[in-house]
Amino acid sequence: MNPQVAVIGASQTKFESDKGYEAIIETVFNVVLEAMADAGVKRDDLDSIVTSSVDLWDGRTASNQMLTDVVGAIMKPESRVAGDGLGAAFQGIMTILAGVSEITLVVSQCRGSMGAYYEISNWVFDPIYQQTLGLDYLSAGALQANHYMKQFGISQKDCARVVIKNLRDAQNNPYAQVAREATVDEVMDSPMLAYPIKEMDVAPISDGACAVVLASREKAKALSKKPIWILGAGSCLDSHYLGDRDLAGGDALIRASKKAYGMAGISDPLEELDVAEVSAAFSYQELLWTELLGFCGRGEGAKILQKGMTSLGGTLPVNPSGGMIAGNPVTVAGLTRLVEAVLQVRGEAGARQVRGARKALAHGTTGCCGQGQYVMIVGN
Amino acid sequence: MSDHVERMVLQGKVDMHFSYAAGKTASRFFVELRDRQRIMGKRCPLCQRVIVPAQLFCKECFVETDEWVEVGPEGTLVTFTVVYHKENHHPKEAPLAYGIIKLDGADTSIVHFLSETEVTKLDHGMRVRAIFSEERKGHILDIECFRPV
Repeated sequence: MNPQVAVIGASQTKFESDKGYEAIIETVFNVVLEAMADAGVKRDDLDSIVTSSVDLWDGRTASNQMLTDVVGAIMKPESRVAGDGLGAAFQGIMTILAGVSEITLVVSQCRGSMGAYYEISNWVFDPIYQQTLGLDYLSAGALQANHYMKQFGISQKDCARVVIKNLRDAQNNPYAQVAREATVDEVMDSPMLAYPIKEMDVAPISDGACAVVLASREKAKALSKKPIWILGAGSCLDSHYLGDRDLAGGDALIRASKKAYGMAGISDPLEELDVAEVSAAFSYQELLWTELLGFCGRGEGAKILQKGMTSLGGTLPVNPSGGMIAGNPVTVAGLTRLVEAVLQVRGEAGARQVRGARKALAHGTTGCCGQGQYVMIVGN
Repeated sequence: MSDHVERMVLQGKVDMHFSYAAGKTASRFFVELRDRQRIMGKRCPLCQRVIVPAQLFCKECFVETDEWVEVGPEGTLVTFTVVYHKENHHPKEAPLAYGIIKLDGADTSIVHFLSETEVTKLDHGMRVRAIFSEERKGHILDIECFRPV
């Protein structure tokens, strides 16, 4: 079946540790103007708007209401996803497939710097059985890391190599917050935060925003010289309670990716995809996600990385942007992956361009330890 | 006009109280912890899984769980971490250790503290036992921690 929805505009901000020099609406205004200019559309052309933001990160409630004006939503329908930006892109696609919108703007913004990063993530946990234990994204991630690494014989040095690859490749990404040459020893010597996760294994805390313009098939063909088609999409959720999930398993991502691959007609993702951008907030997650996405067998994520298969120039480059290790605007991460995927298949990714990229995967997660999973395949 | 103006950053705080209803299932789980120092699960009438901590329903079969079953107090450590960095929301001083524990007789695992904070003294698959708090209030923290056996 011909793809029915295209990305016709995309933009992202530079990710920074503290954008305190501008207000949230100033950040969003710029990113929205850039996405609309990229798409060649004006505010009047937008039929619907979908935003992604989370109240506690914004320090207020119904936080999308502060964005109504600046995302161009006055006298238009706007809905908000209180989670990852790739989830908002899913909702945006649905507005078009439902026939209620021909052009939909999707905007995601977050400021990790505004509040107490880990304390906010403690509020993710249910208040009856988990929250008062003081769990947060770091301790939960460490429980997952230790389980996965033990089960599949992954070493801390294997994880360190993810950091080195991503920080190195981020030097090609002008939007990255952290980018440099690093060594395994440096990662191994960084302070242990929560065993087996060390300071350099963790994505930095970032501020930033992203926007994409989606269009129906007809509108995309009429308006865009370079529409990037949504070829496949899948999403899936696991349980919330940490003890009632296989943290080293990850059926949710397997199911989400199979759905997306099925729609896109992909049977061998390692061979058929040209580039993948995955949302890994910790180094171990890039290894785990690449396995669950079917790029290799279980436990082989470190092996394909060490062989250079997931580096720029390899069989399937993973996170040539540097991924979240280079910048982690929390709930914006997944939409950033989509923007990067779009730039790649357009051939507009600059120094981080994967040569001849035609099909790209964007991955997003929401909740702790990848409870919610989103996978999208785009192509030209 | 120049953009080079002094930037103002305004301060705010969310500091509000909430009352969370634990509901009939978690309340009984907490009462059993408080009054009898027993850890309870509930069995699914269809797949027979014993879900711990007790839950209202089985997420797979999507029916209400019915039979209350005592589990533990010993179990097997599925995974663990020791947290070294300090955070305001931690209920005790770092280093603090967390474990996911599959209690004897249970089909799902419970997340809680471990008494042991030396990584080298912890291992996957090791046996641990629940230690109950002396002062119990009907709360998940009525279990003080799990201690290696």
